[in-house]
Amino acid sequence: MIRADSPSQAATPTATPRLWGYVARFDSVEALLTAAERMRDAGFTHWDAHTPFPVHGLNDAMGLKPTRLPWLVFGAGVAGATLGIALQWWTNAFDYRFIISGKPFWSLPANIPVAFELTILFSALAAFLGMLVFNDLPRWYHALFTNRAFRRATADAFFISIEADDPRFDARHTRALLEELGGTGVEAVLEE
Amino acid sequence: MRQTVDTSAENRRILAFAPRLVRGARLVGLAALGFSVLLALWLRDGWATFFQAYLVNFCYFLSLGLGALFFVILQHLTRAGWSVVVRRLAEGLAGTLPVLALLAVLVLVGMGELYPWATGHAPADDHLLLGKQAYLNPFFFAVRMVLYFAVWAGLSQYFLRTSVRQDETGDPRLTLHMQWASAPAMLLFAVTVTFASFDLLMSLEPHWYSTIFGVYFFAGGVLGFLALLVVVVWGLQRSGRITASVTPEHYHDLGKLLLGFTVFWAYIAFSQYMLIWYANIPEETTWYLVRQEGIWLWVSVGLLAGHFLLPFLLLLSRYPKRRQGLLVLIAGWLLLMHWVDLFWLTMPGRRSGSWPLHVLDVTCFVASGALWVSAAAHRLRRVSLVPQRDPRLLESLTFENV
Repeated sequence: MIRADSPSQAATPTATPRLWGYVARFDSVEALLTAAERMRDAGFTHWDAHTPFPVHGLNDAMGLKPTRLPWLVFGAGVAGATLGIALQWWTNAFDYRFIISGKPFWSLPANIPVAFELTILFSALAAFLGMLVFNDLPRWYHALFTNRAFRRATADAFFISIEADDPRFDARHTRALLEELGGTGVEAVLEE
Repeated sequence: MRQTVDTSAENRRILAFAPRLVRGARLVGLAALGFSVLLALWLRDGWATFFQAYLVNFCYFLSLGLGALFFVILQHLTRAGWSVVVRRLAEGLAGTLPVLALLAVLVLVGMGELYPWATGHAPADDHLLLGKQAYLNPFFFAVRMVLYFAVWAGLSQYFLRTSVRQDETGDPRLTLHMQWASAPAMLLFAVTVTFASFDLLMSLEPHWYSTIFGVYFFAGGVLGFLALLVVVVWGLQRSGRITASVTPEHYHDLGKLLLGFTVFWAYIAFSQYMLIWYANIPEETTWYLVRQEGIWLWVSVGLLAGHFLLPFLLLLSRYPKRRQGLLVLIAGWLLLMHWVDLFWLTMPGRRSGSWPLHVLDVTCFVASGALWVSAAAHRLRRVSLVPQRDPRLLESLTFENV
């Protein structure tokens, strides 16, 4: 990820750096929250806040909508339960009728454990994979990683990043706004 | 993040109406009990019906008190911070256990009417009952009851008193002491509740046994208590008390626990049912057979739908857990379902016909319920409704779900 800075890479004709966006550093939770509220009220959508630890109230300050993940998990759970019941009905009561320990061909109590397990399995997988998909993960590269200062986001500094493809992004005004909000060291992030 | 919460203007006392509530509820309870006894004298088979109705309602409020005791022990065992603002209410509700010990005397009095093993004339060819006689006999039953209630009353007094003492001294070592005591307390709780449920409810059908029965009783009781806690907190807030301390965040967490124990109850209920259904041994299946006949089939199906499916689906989402009005409705429904559950444990085989409910069920509910409420109000009448110098109070006040 540091390669982008090196002269040899920059010299190759294909690597024309493009402005990905800006990143601004904030030194306190309060400054970050105030800045996030202003960014939210300014109507930006393609932006993010980065903190070394969970910050209470950040979701509201950023105006994040509740995640859609629960609906996906619920749907997957219902699908798992349905599949579990259908599988047992098809194998035991329809396709290959077979009496097991004197029970009816199709008896719901005996089918509950499998349906239950498939509900859990499908829900858990949907929660995990859905979380990855909604977060655009996994990915090997992110333009922000080219910024050296940003590494402190895992240690002792708070950041707000804004992407150039945000409809309201303006190279000059957005930079000025971030500086006005108290962001120190506002830097342009370049992308190959 | 909220660093501080201003609770200075908050009313944390029930002093204003506590004396009236204590006396009024006690009066109503005693009157209802007297009325029930008169009914029992007047009706044919009145005593049997009376003691059955009394047992259901006694076990109902006992399970709520035990749920409260479990909640208090659990918070100390896990060093929970979020729950401090509602813990005093749980301590007060668990503080009713000594009064429940008094109410248990009537169960001992009615033993002969309630339990087939206590009638003293078991048929000589009933080998199963004869074999259990060493355990299931009136004297040992009474000894065990004394033991259970001694443990429960002792534990509930210890946690309530120590916590109230901290209100005055603010000594953080009291928290450490309760934390230290919580592990052995939990062990004692588990053993006594398991055996008490065997004695009070399972031995109604002395030929039948289920090793998971204690867990089933426990799951229903904790669920009932959590539902009651939601209702009590909501009621106190509506009357202008603890309005600043308890926030939607705490309702949210109580809602999560309600969902958890709804599922846990269903899990245990099904585990018990499925093993018996699958093994299909007559001595075990009889218990479920009577619950699949006549009106009891519909009560059983109603429990499946009303005690599990409906609250499960309602509580899944984050939304109802954070809306007090909605959560209170669900909690009220669960309290009703918990009563139906205990009724369903006790009555099949005793009540038949198309309508198993008896007027004595209602009068006994009012009797034990009013006396129980009176006891709870008595315990909380002079203390702060929030453990005001608990070292984790600030953590609880500023608690937020991520």
